[in-house]
Amino acid sequence: MGKVPRYFTPQENSEPNTNSDKNDFVTYDVDIKKTHPKKKKFKLGDKKLKAIIKKIPNPNPKFKGRVPIPQELLNKYGKGEGVDNKSIKTKTHQKKIERKEENIKFATEQAARTEILLTEQSGCLEADEGETTTQFTQKQIASNVDITAAAKHFDLKLQFGPYRAKYTRNGRHLILGGKKGHVAAFDWVTKKLHCELNVMESVHDVCWLHIETMFAVAQKNWVYIYDNQGIELHCIKRLNKVSRMEFLPYHFLLASCSDEGYLSWLDISIGKLVSQYNSKLGRLSVMSQNPWNAVLCVGHAKGVVSMWSPNVRDPLAKMLCHTSPILALHVDPKGRYMATSDSNRELKIWDIRQLSGPVQRYRLRSSATNLAFSQTDMLAVGMGNIVEVYKHYTSAISRRAYLRNRFNTPIGNFSFCPYEDVLGVTTDRGFTSMLVPGSGEANFDALEANPFQTKSQRREAEVKALLEKIQPELITLDPTIISEVNVPSLKEKVEAKQKLLFIKPPTIDYEPRNKAKGKGGSAKMARNRKIVKEQAKKEFIKETQDFVPKLSKSSKKTTDNILDRFLTVKQK
Amino acid sequence: MKVKVLSRNPEEYLRETKYDIHKVPRNYDPELHPFEAAREYTRALNAVKLERVFAKPFVCNLDGHRDSVSCISKHPKQLSILTSGAYDGEIRIWDIPQQCCTRNFVAHEGIVRGISYNPRGEHFISLGDDKMIKTWSALKPQFGEEELPINTVISKTVLYGISHHRRDSTFATCGEVCQIWNETQNEPIKTFQWGVDSLHDIAFNPVETSLLACCASDRSIILYDMRDKSPLRKVVMKLRVNKLCWNPMEAYIFTTASEDFNLYSFDTRKLKHPINIHQDHVGAVTFVDYAPTGKEFVTGSYDKTIRIFEVDKGHSRDIYHTKRMQRLTCVQWTLDNKYIISGSDEMNIRIWKARASEKLGPLKPRERAALHYSEALKEKYASHPQVRRIKRHRQVPKHVFNAQNELRTIRQKNKRKEANIRNHSKPGSVPLVPERRKHTIQEHQ
Repeated sequence: MGKVPRYFTPQENSEPNTNSDKNDFVTYDVDIKKTHPKKKKFKLGDKKLKAIIKKIPNPNPKFKGRVPIPQELLNKYGKGEGVDNKSIKTKTHQKKIERKEENIKFATEQAARTEILLTEQSGCLEADEGETTTQFTQKQIASNVDITAAAKHFDLKLQFGPYRAKYTRNGRHLILGGKKGHVAAFDWVTKKLHCELNVMESVHDVCWLHIETMFAVAQKNWVYIYDNQGIELHCIKRLNKVSRMEFLPYHFLLASCSDEGYLSWLDISIGKLVSQYNSKLGRLSVMSQNPWNAVLCVGHAKGVVSMWSPNVRDPLAKMLCHTSPILALHVDPKGRYMATSDSNRELKIWDIRQLSGPVQRYRLRSSATNLAFSQTDMLAVGMGNIVEVYKHYTSAISRRAYLRNRFNTPIGNFSFCPYEDVLGVTTDRGFTSMLVPGSGEANFDALEANPFQTKSQRREAEVKALLEKIQPELITLDPTIISEVNVPSLKEKVEAKQKLLFIKPPTIDYEPRNKAKGKGGSAKMARNRKIVKEQAKKEFIKETQDFVPKLSKSSKKTTDNILDRFLTVKQK
Repeated sequence: MKVKVLSRNPEEYLRETKYDIHKVPRNYDPELHPFEAAREYTRALNAVKLERVFAKPFVCNLDGHRDSVSCISKHPKQLSILTSGAYDGEIRIWDIPQQCCTRNFVAHEGIVRGISYNPRGEHFISLGDDKMIKTWSALKPQFGEEELPINTVISKTVLYGISHHRRDSTFATCGEVCQIWNETQNEPIKTFQWGVDSLHDIAFNPVETSLLACCASDRSIILYDMRDKSPLRKVVMKLRVNKLCWNPMEAYIFTTASEDFNLYSFDTRKLKHPINIHQDHVGAVTFVDYAPTGKEFVTGSYDKTIRIFEVDKGHSRDIYHTKRMQRLTCVQWTLDNKYIISGSDEMNIRIWKARASEKLGPLKPRERAALHYSEALKEKYASHPQVRRIKRHRQVPKHVFNAQNELRTIRQKNKRKEANIRNHSKPGSVPLVPERRKHTIQEHQ
């Protein structure tokens, strides 16, 4: 590419866009002359307005004004439709809302305009004619990229049996845990080792906590927490026989599932076990968090995926995804899709926001034991000793893998490194860092996750993160629910009123006073009692009747035709 | 084969020397910032908690008076000067930043009823129970010289209050009658009377400068126009009005402090009923003063507390009290909109912050931005129950707490009684009277 494409380059003049990958750069393709908004025509008093508003001559006629923002960008940064002004009764509130909406619109536009400040471009891999990207080996890719990128492809030969690995949230550090007790934490970019130890027990899972100075290891019986020098900080005996762990960074919760079917959430900031309960669904060994709403997705042997929050003892949702045991599942970092695979060689993509699907289903050559989404919508599928990476997995086109790699030994697990074009794969005999061009988000937000974080920045970020720790009570299927209007209370009110219709009239125990002798016999007493009771009943019915006509009127159809009475119930 | 893999140059992301600030590249993509609502809510909750943590409104205490403080006057030009009069006839002039008394002298025999500066702040006029109107220089007399008034006028009638014109050299006094004076003359220019035995407060309108309002002891509020011969209008309330203050921004609005624990905001154009009732005090309200922005006002009460109200709200935004502060006699909102000055029965003048949790002193830009942000968040999540609860909660003295409960029961009782009467009488014979219509009796033209 000779020229660097600019956002204002008209499409006719620019070189034919050879790069089919849209993520390479953002092309606005704006022809200023054409799309420059025409002057609004005033409806009322046009001439008058023209007389009032004097046209200020443009000091620089070459500059035609600000470039309009493309609609898709506005949609990306938008906050939704906004409030309909006409539904508000009073004018003052209308004005208030109007002003608020204007502010929101302004903020959206400003955010959309910051897009041109993003400096990095994401990676890409393109095949020439007659080639496919699938055929490229890691060696070929590594030899064709610059030295620093090539250094990101490496192999570690380790001997403590099937490994598991996880990256930190900023993608800078890596932790490895071998089944036979080997645990190692290191900065994988500089290859600087933080610590390496053998815990002399079986290791089932490893997990970074909120910063790179602490990690949790699920060992034979209990979960241990170590610091980056390998010193044991805690031994959490309440987390027993843990098989998988996930860390929810915004809630400071270490979520785990155990062989005995228990799910538990440990608040690591205060050391309190938020909740722990038996899922009653047998052994749990397939778990993933939904990063969009911090709900745990757990796969079961019956082909069901259940979703759990620490607030409810029953699953928030259950999805029957497969007919055979689920082997792997993963939720995409944006919380849109969930991929599940079963032992019947099937792979399905689900729309997890709507809990519907499958959006796409694939039949694989062998059953997938591992799944991982990347930040830029790529899906890695691990089958035995083969890793395949798919692009555009939601559309049916991607029958062919984007990349494929074969290992000598079965795969332990893998995960995409955030903000890097790297897929870290662990096997029985070690760890391989694969280059997957275009899999990482190019532009990071330093206040969210910073790969170049210094010690002081890390400390500051830790304090800030702790201050805005989200309470576990807020974990729900829809995380935006907190900013919505509390409609149920209104609904409840209406329901309570409707319920009134079906209430039995209250029983009245009327005990007549014992009057003076001779003033009333037992017969009169009984009659009085009856009268009072009937009166109360009538009054109650009268009260409730007020609602009845309103409700029934709206639902009843007015039928005039006499012959309608012969229609069946369904036809009516 | 074309291939490109992400490789960032660390030089672009790391600072050059340790003396530089850190580079912070941002990406505002909403998908990189999950849990936006929940995090904002948490921040709002923290902000509102911090607001309560930092709410320490008391600034300082000016002591020196040997009797209860009867009146306080702000200097119209200088924020640092404050003048106060006491029940023993002494006037003290204070330097607020130094927190000391710069001048003190006995001005009157008996109570100093009112002090008022002239618009340029060159001198001030005081009046007392000895029927004297004395003009004093704002400057301290030379060493060795005696404190003597520039001018002394002996009035024929009792004097209870004074208010100076916003621009001219005229001022008005009230007592048995309402009189308009010129600083240069020893006789009143004009006298207004409307069949009342005494007027105990008077206030010039700061915007419509020839308009005046008086509180009379026959429970009425009287409006005068200086240019007219006779009083304009009068509204009679159910209980006496202690003090009156004009809104400095909206010329036609004034607020009165009433003996029945409430404050009433009136619109001069519709004097018949108040436009708003401000309730919360549990004792007679003795003083009211508007903030220079005209959006809030401060009140002092016989229940030993100061409350701050927003003009369009029925209930107070804040309550200030201390263990030692007794019944309030006067409260003032300073002209920089930052402090509140209160004088009370136990001889002290106290200075409070107008916004309890505000940080005093200069703010760094980042600090200010952070405060603005948390302010916006608090507003956005104001109606969430947790946020609202924390924001509203105040620890009040026991006597106030008990009195509040008592008043609540009384109010409920009255309400219930009225409802019962209504249920048992002919429909329409006991009409629903809105609260705003209950407190005035009559309007006279």
